[in-house]
Amino acid sequence: MHDRSPRGDWQQRNASRLRAGERVGITVHIASILGSWGLTSPIYFPSPVDVEYGNSFLLGLQRAHPNRVRGYCVVNPNFRSHAEAELQRCLDGGMIGIKLAASRRANDRLLDPVCEVAAHRRVPVLHHIWQHRRRDYQGQEASDALELAELAVRHPEVNFILAHIAGGGDWTYSLPALRDIPNILVDLSGSGVDGGMLEACIAAVGVERLLWGCDVTIETGWAKLRYLEAILPPVELDLVRWRNATRIFPPGSFGSD
Amino acid sequence: MRIDVNSFLGSYPYRRVPGTSPEALLRAMDRVGVDLAWVSHLPGIFWRDPAEGNPWLYETAGRYERFRPVPAIHPGVTGWKTVIGEAREAGAPSVRCDPTYYGIDPSGSSMQDLARACSAEDMPLLMSVRLEDARQRHPNDRAAELPPWSVRQLVRTDPDVRLIITHADRGFIEEVHFGSTPEESSRIWWDICWIWGPPEDHLETLLRTIGPERFLFGTGQPLRIPENSKAKLDLLDLTPNQRRMIENDNIGSAKGRVS
Repeated sequence: MHDRSPRGDWQQRNASRLRAGERVGITVHIASILGSWGLTSPIYFPSPVDVEYGNSFLLGLQRAHPNRVRGYCVVNPNFRSHAEAELQRCLDGGMIGIKLAASRRANDRLLDPVCEVAAHRRVPVLHHIWQHRRRDYQGQEASDALELAELAVRHPEVNFILAHIAGGGDWTYSLPALRDIPNILVDLSGSGVDGGMLEACIAAVGVERLLWGCDVTIETGWAKLRYLEAILPPVELDLVRWRNATRIFPPGSFGSD
Repeated sequence: MRIDVNSFLGSYPYRRVPGTSPEALLRAMDRVGVDLAWVSHLPGIFWRDPAEGNPWLYETAGRYERFRPVPAIHPGVTGWKTVIGEAREAGAPSVRCDPTYYGIDPSGSSMQDLARACSAEDMPLLMSVRLEDARQRHPNDRAAELPPWSVRQLVRTDPDVRLIITHADRGFIEEVHFGSTPEESSRIWWDICWIWGPPEDHLETLLRTIGPERFLFGTGQPLRIPENSKAKLDLLDLTPNQRRMIENDNIGSAKGRVS
């Protein structure tokens, strides 16, 4: 979801997402807004002001679409007191998860206070991931699965979501790193639709740790869902489609669940 | 009828890819309702002479009614011109060349010779911009992606050359299309496998700005799951005629007199 974006078409993009979601059969979009998307601070290093603005806009979207939109509270852990206050404000306001993008490496101790809030409020943490970070990349302090795994081991009571396994980078590197970390789930979103990727995800973490998602390409999400319909029995497909999500998000997040 | 102009048979050198056999490809085609597939020999792309994969491709395609062979040509290998004649005899709808994988200049003199030879034989030339997302490629998979200027250059090589470009994204397509004259761009067709759907709506935008007559249904399977290309069409509000153009009818104009 976009709000105060340098792009002039963010309203059309939001509308397009909801419209396509209706066609695909998406009951609930769990979304985040990364600050001003670069307008007044960098996408992955949003200023406190922009963090607050984006989260407030998302809270408004939740109110405008009470049956369709839920929010992840975005924080920049470099601003600890602001992050903690923002988490309290947004989770009290009805957001159901925390989004950590790439403001700070996943294994950094600065993320611990955020995870302590996640544990206390029993909400999952969605963490942006570069699937095989061979170096640093401009514009983000990206993390990979090994670094997220360090954080997950330190906070075994928190469920972490490894973002967009199909969103770029070498997913064959990520999956083995997740095998023995039971509190990391894999989000299947991303523009990638590689043959063999879904089978590899299932083999690595099992259907109980897969979450369906789209990110910025709804057609790839729909394609992966259609493929899973062909290879999974209905009971396992339901886990990926929604049951795993209802397990890790707070009770009542999706109405009757 | 739905025709996939962008599919492969055979193994991929940089990671394990399931479903590369003819039987598996047919099953995948059944799954998404693809009636006919243009197939290329995937391992050959990485060989010194990719045309050495063509006999297997012809033999395999000959055994299955739903395959059409797209043989490979390396215009730097002696005798390459004979491949076009062989392709015609084998009923190939197109020939392909992957210059960056062969290590040759994608708009250099040998590629221009190839474009002219294809034009003389009224045979479309198919090229892929990429096979995998650049962010995930094997560390030793360093071939450059096909650059847009090479497509602009090649379409100007001969007034009758026809190009089919696969795995191109919106930016690539727009750069070539609007960087060419209307006559030049009328001789280029694009497969849809790498064009984003909603919420970015790249495909919807291109169909509006460039027109559905320039696009072909392609999947990139089995490197990519074919459900993706069908899903992006299902998400559009196309008329039956527009959908038929993309999935079938446009191929007729791309192929010319090649049957």
